Amino acid sequence: MFRFIIRRLLQLIPTLFGLSILLFIWLRRLPGGPETAILGERGTPEMRAAIRNNLGLDEPILFQYGRFVRRMIRLDLGTSISTKREVTTEFLQRFPGTVELTITAMVIAIGIGIPLGYLAARRRGRLLDHMSVGGSLIGICIPVFFLAYILKAIFSENLGWFPSSGRQDPTLGATRITNFFVLDGLMTREWDAAADALWHLILPGIALASIPLAIIVRITRASVLEVLNEDFVRTAEAKGLTENVVRRRHVLRNSLLPVVTSIGLLTGGLLSGAVLTETVFAFSGIGAFVAEAISQRDYPVLMGFIMIIAVVYVLVNLIVDLSYSLIDPRVRVR
Amino acid sequence: MALLEVDDLSVTFARRGQRAVHAVDGVSFSVDAGEVVGLVGESGCGKSVTSLAIMGLLPKQPGLRVGGKAVFDGTDLLQLDDRSRRDIRGRDIAMIFQDPLSSLNPVVPIGLQVTEVLTRHRGMKGDVATKEAARLLDRVGIPDPTRRLKEYPHQLSGGMRQRALIAMAVACQPRLLIADEPTTALDVTIQAQILELLKDLVRDSGTALVMITHDLGVVAGMCDSINVLYGGRVVETARRRPLFREPRHPYTVGLLGSVPRLDAGRGERLNPIPGSVRDLLPWPDGCAFSPRCTRRLDACVGEPPELVLAHDGRSYRCVNPAPVPGLARAADAAPVPAPREEEK
Repeated sequence: MFRFIIRRLLQLIPTLFGLSILLFIWLRRLPGGPETAILGERGTPEMRAAIRNNLGLDEPILFQYGRFVRRMIRLDLGTSISTKREVTTEFLQRFPGTVELTITAMVIAIGIGIPLGYLAARRRGRLLDHMSVGGSLIGICIPVFFLAYILKAIFSENLGWFPSSGRQDPTLGATRITNFFVLDGLMTREWDAAADALWHLILPGIALASIPLAIIVRITRASVLEVLNEDFVRTAEAKGLTENVVRRRHVLRNSLLPVVTSIGLLTGGLLSGAVLTETVFAFSGIGAFVAEAISQRDYPVLMGFIMIIAVVYVLVNLIVDLSYSLIDPRVRVR
Repeated sequence: MALLEVDDLSVTFARRGQRAVHAVDGVSFSVDAGEVVGLVGESGCGKSVTSLAIMGLLPKQPGLRVGGKAVFDGTDLLQLDDRSRRDIRGRDIAMIFQDPLSSLNPVVPIGLQVTEVLTRHRGMKGDVATKEAARLLDRVGIPDPTRRLKEYPHQLSGGMRQRALIAMAVACQPRLLIADEPTTALDVTIQAQILELLKDLVRDSGTALVMITHDLGVVAGMCDSINVLYGGRVVETARRRPLFREPRHPYTVGLLGSVPRLDAGRGERLNPIPGSVRDLLPWPDGCAFSPRCTRRLDACVGEPPELVLAHDGRSYRCVNPAPVPGLARAADAAPVPAPREEEK
């Protein structure tokens, strides 16, 4: 088990190395550089050259890459071109927000998706089944930002039940420790701050949950339908076990295998793709920041972000594999 | 009174726009306490569906109709609600299935799969249940039971798995055990062991056993009485010896004749029944076996043959049965009306 984890973490090194080469070449080949983004169309060639020199972009690309790798080893992602602050600092401040948002969305998606998919399978061909299958189709089709706008218009602007923007009410003056606002509130026992941060997460969380929810409902439903026909479910029934035990121990547990895999992939996707939702709710996570970095050709930020996402993906999938082996003894790792 | 009395059991699968399939079409047989009864027939003759219907384990689907009676110890199992059925299953009537690998839950340890029956029906928990489970595994001949309890089905061999399934089935000392082709998926050497084990268990505990099989060898070694099924109906019922010595129904004759024999001459060919089980005449139109029958008469078609009760307690459903040497035909058989009107 322990060796398995170590082995998987070591696999990260070649992955990141290859990824960095690819990204470095690709980003530098993009037309227009940070100097165009900073100066706009009016800059003279001399001014551009000065900026490039200042940022070290006039050096040979191999040299630049070497410097990048040396910094990476020290976990130094460089300085953002647009904000002039350490990329690491920027991320430490913003990434927790996105992580909180992603966790909220996945909790909603899993908490509703698995039971709903299960019930749909049990009531196959009946109203609930048709509603959840149809509903999940709508969930996949509606663009997330559109759903976000609608939720915001109804539940915060019209009904006033939820805050419309931000991560926390700034007037609370909450203490920051980890930048995970909910966690900070719990750690400092500022209950009102934690609750307020949680409250800010609900609407964007729902908007972000829509697609994973729809996918989880469908996968769960299909998987339960398959397991219900398995011989061992019949054996369980033949033992006279209560319906509850048959469902929990024999049907649900076996149905969860494909669901767990998809949860891993979906989580990775949410972490990197929460841009639109964050923008609608003015939620200062990593998404909006990176979107800005793209338009500014802010290489250090982009590189850092993509590298972090790669690491996150590997970690999430490691967790998936580990939980997989918890559920299924046949793939148990040694 | 019989422990289990199946009377005119019928199972029909109807689908919209398609002809209804009569998987079981008026099966009647009975099982006395402690008796071993065989249900024999080719694939598709309704053996398994019969057992699943008795257990109430047929997959719930629209278009499924179950008719007739299955009276167990005074209660008609087919009339029970879900709850009381679950109380009986596993406690009074248990079942062993064909494929031991797919019949065990791959992600639950063997131990839990045994103890869950003990918890459900005998109220055992914790150490008591584990000890009893180990004793059961030991009883069915699984070595090192305490270790096996923690293992998963894929870590056991095929024979072991079937032994584990048998342990689960006999955990509550049921009065009736239904074994649906329990040895089909196993090696021949293992088959013999499993049959021996079943025989032992039945003898020790006085459990009645319904043995569902297509294998006449299994039947010959185990059963007290035998029901031969064809096309969803019992075509011949007899005690073991008379059935093997002098089968009356041409289908039984064919089944016995198609068993390869070691003492047969080298050049002799095997003797299969011509045609396949699909060449089926619907019972209301005559004898379902008549399209494949070598003793067919004109009287076979038109209306279903009635059940003939012979003097020695055997019965068969045939208008032109195979002759019994040395017995006068007239004394042998007197027609008895079939137990129900044919079309409802």
